Amino acid sequence: MGDNFAVNLLIFVMASFLGIELIRHVSRLLHTPLMSLTNAISSVSIVAALILMSDPKTDLILLLATLGIGLAAVNIVSGFMITERILKMFTKKGAR
Amino acid sequence: MEQFALYLYVLAIALFILSLRWMSEVRTSRRGNIAGVFGMAIAITGTLIAYHSERYDLLIGAFAIGAIIGVPIALKLPMSAVPQRTAMSHAFGSLSIALVGVGEYLVRIPGISIFDSAVLSVEIIIGFLTFTGSCIAFAKLQGLIPGKPWIYPGRVFVTLATLVISFGLAIYLVINPDQTFIIPIMAAFALIFGFLMVMSIGGADMPTVIAILNAYAGLSAAALGFVLDNKVLIVAGALDGASGLILAIVMSKAMNRSFLNVLFGGVGAIPSGGGDGKGAAKSAQSYAVEDVATVLENASSVVVVPGYGMAVAQAQYVVKELADILQGKGVDIKYAVHPVAGRMPGHMNVLLAEAEVSYDQLWEMERINSIFPETDVSIVVGANDVTNPAARTDPESPLYGMPILDTDKSRTVVFIKRSTAVGFAGVDNELFYMPNTMMVFGDAKQVLTELVATLKG
Repeated sequence: MGDNFAVNLLIFVMASFLGIELIRHVSRLLHTPLMSLTNAISSVSIVAALILMSDPKTDLILLLATLGIGLAAVNIVSGFMITERILKMFTKKGAR
Repeated sequence: MEQFALYLYVLAIALFILSLRWMSEVRTSRRGNIAGVFGMAIAITGTLIAYHSERYDLLIGAFAIGAIIGVPIALKLPMSAVPQRTAMSHAFGSLSIALVGVGEYLVRIPGISIFDSAVLSVEIIIGFLTFTGSCIAFAKLQGLIPGKPWIYPGRVFVTLATLVISFGLAIYLVINPDQTFIIPIMAAFALIFGFLMVMSIGGADMPTVIAILNAYAGLSAAALGFVLDNKVLIVAGALDGASGLILAIVMSKAMNRSFLNVLFGGVGAIPSGGGDGKGAAKSAQSYAVEDVATVLENASSVVVVPGYGMAVAQAQYVVKELADILQGKGVDIKYAVHPVAGRMPGHMNVLLAEAEVSYDQLWEMERINSIFPETDVSIVVGANDVTNPAARTDPESPLYGMPILDTDKSRTVVFIKRSTAVGFAGVDNELFYMPNTMMVFGDAKQVLTELVATLKG
């Protein structure tokens, strides 16, 4: 699985630099919704749980995958919804 | 099919990047959130296309239960509890990643490669320590346990020892990859490390801690991406890690402290010198609400300085009410927001936005500091250390060097405070004793309500 390591490392390094540039330009005003947004986005780790679910050799693995999906789902749903709620408060007044 | 999924991943990655790009300003921020939702949906769809599961019952059931838990949290959560929610979501996310990491390890034995074994071990350790760390951060923010740092002799040694043991076991595991009984022991030490680390950090340092835990959660997601050779995980993990890192840097800079000092400094445990004795000799001048009303009626510019105390007293609505009355009288109103005011990055902005304060009235520290000398009245509501002039003037003070809001330079300072108790750094605030300071003792919400009533009458 480590065959593509160099390519993946390149992707990781580029994405990190890109992330730093993107985040640095986020207004301090929005740091709280930014956190809830990145939190929701990082819950894309649910794909790892889904992949694990596709080949559960033992019941223990099946259990771990199920828990992984459930926990990530909480974050996906609440993360995006809370971000929306917070941003609504900011934009409501901003529209004036 | 896997190829098709990869293209969907590229699309998801692009949407995630746009999501953060649009998050940079208020105008486009909601578009950013929507881009995030679509990115997530596409990433999940791509995965389901490429990897067929035989157990869609469990898959859908788990997702549904997660959603059923997530929706009420999102809808009912009071804005003052957003820091706790953030800590909790780091706990859920990192636990998910850690458990899946263990699962991936078990799938790969026998015959796991050294690379996979090493990366998964590190990922499992980071995941579990982030889990307990976030749980403790949640408990402290929610007030379930005292916010004071848990300090005892040899604390740093004990804490680091658990981490070293954990990594020692990881090395053993890489050398003997099939001895999976090591995994729960290694995880246990990681769990203990996370617990000890955050137990010894004070409540006021939570903005930095939350940001660091955010970075850890991102890193462990990226590590899992390396093992699975999954691009979307690597990118999302890197973006999340970068975000946590930047926020942690912003927070520690705003406190003039290093990461290590935040993690192991134990600030807030022992009330340090600063004003002992000296403070007793000085006396703060206490004023009544009516006096403040008179001063405000004669002011033409007012700056409100909110802090964590405003969040605790839920005083943001009455602050806005006061501001509206003053604005009606032609007074110019600004809000001065210190980067570390509150319990998470941007906490004050969210609370004030909740009370419908227009965001163009929220001023960052660097911009507002040049305006204080021309300000008639500064009203400090629930902030303390971030206004202490000793940070500028007294090299002996533990706060020395920390960037502060220069409220002391305004013509009059109205300082609303429950008692003369010291702030989180355990330092007396010189601002209390300055001749242009009017201390008003009482609960922030109550004082402001009375002030509003007086100004109306």
